[in-house]
Amino acid sequence: MDNSEVIISLKGLSFTYHDNKSHRPVLNDLNLQISRGERVGLIGANGSGKTTLFHLLMGLLRQTAGTIEVFGEERRKEKDFREVREKIGLLFQDSDDQLFCPTVAEDVAFGPLNLGNSQEEALAITREVLKRLGLEGFEDRLTYKLSGGEKRLISLATVLAMKPEVLILDEPTTGLDEDTVERLTEILRGSDLTYLIASHNRDFLSKTTDIIYRLGRGKLTSPVS
Amino acid sequence: MHIDNFATGDSLLHRLDPRVKIVVAVLFSVVVAVADRYSCLATAVCLSLTLLFLARLSLREVFLRLLVVNAFIVFLWLFLPFTYGGEKLFSIGPLDATREGVIYALLITVKSNTIVLALIALLATSPVVTLGHALSHLYVPEKLIHLLFFTVRYLQVLHLEYDRLRDAMRIRAFKPGTNMHTYRSFAYLIGMLLIKSFDRADRIRKAMLCRGFHGKYYLLSHFELQRVDVIMLVIMMLLVSGMASLQWIILK
Repeated sequence: MDNSEVIISLKGLSFTYHDNKSHRPVLNDLNLQISRGERVGLIGANGSGKTTLFHLLMGLLRQTAGTIEVFGEERRKEKDFREVREKIGLLFQDSDDQLFCPTVAEDVAFGPLNLGNSQEEALAITREVLKRLGLEGFEDRLTYKLSGGEKRLISLATVLAMKPEVLILDEPTTGLDEDTVERLTEILRGSDLTYLIASHNRDFLSKTTDIIYRLGRGKLTSPVS
Repeated sequence: MHIDNFATGDSLLHRLDPRVKIVVAVLFSVVVAVADRYSCLATAVCLSLTLLFLARLSLREVFLRLLVVNAFIVFLWLFLPFTYGGEKLFSIGPLDATREGVIYALLITVKSNTIVLALIALLATSPVVTLGHALSHLYVPEKLIHLLFFTVRYLQVLHLEYDRLRDAMRIRAFKPGTNMHTYRSFAYLIGMLLIKSFDRADRIRKAMLCRGFHGKYYLLSHFELQRVDVIMLVIMMLLVSGMASLQWIILK
């Protein structure tokens, strides 16, 4: 790696789900380092904790033990994670969770407006991102009337509109047809972003990432070839 | 899903500024709901029929919607004539129907149908999303508008979820009947929908947080009042005030 600035560093990360009666440890003393420009894949069985790991990284859940360092600073409180969320974009597993505005333009502009852009700037960003993803003319479409593939790509647009430095994709290919997966692959390969992708689709991961880890029993194991 | 069924079209009312339509619809409904003079109500009926004609909607669809409204009103007819005090009109067995009761039920029937017709002609001719935006430009509190938007957005998702659960039951040979098994299964279905929507709400909140949400929600669309909007607003306001004066001024 020619540029080895570490931007995400997880040390001894553990997380346990507390239900009424049971304790279900999901992550157990997990370590991970991601440097700028790295493209990392993550595989693991259903329920192995991929989504949990992402939600910890975004500060949506709090770890039971361990430290999370992002952009050289340790992140503990909600306030620390605000900045993280501005620089790391997370694409959710279910696009219906992500798209909540009535129209596509409003949904894509939601992030930029939260970042303090003016309406005109937000609209300009929206148009630019949609164009980059080959989704021109989608601005006034209603989000709930989009097809599954369109929803996924628009969701990606909503994340990219925030101009993140790191992209986290949670099973982005689930439920997509081959053409849309192909389009997604092209988009990712054409970007210079640092990203982390969880997927069950080995073929997709090998095309889009440089290194693939396996998550199992709460730990990451050495790269899978 | 029936949302936005009437919203596509090119009639005068479809093209009218939604803010104008909302203002007129609200005032019209209030006057009709309060009025009890026949002259005023007769004008209102004519007005809402004119609006319906201007909206050029499929009369069959409109009729189907009215059926839904009147299904509730049937219950009023079952009780009101027999429970309202006054002069006896006719009797069924031991029950006496009063003249006042029948008139009262008739008034409610006419009023609700008139209001619903006007609302269909004025409001259903704009997409719900546009109405939401218009409401926000009329200074309706932001929180209420967000509620409206979220409802519109997730009604569809919940409806699909309901369909999926129903299908899952059906493919395992579930036939609804009048028995405990049916009641229990439907209770599970509703319970499951509640839990799923709760979980979904949580995931949506998280997705919003990830995109930097901190309590403020921005709207993008704006409307511009055209000349035809102003003219229509003035005409309709004059008609509604004329209607109101029939109730409160003339014949005093």
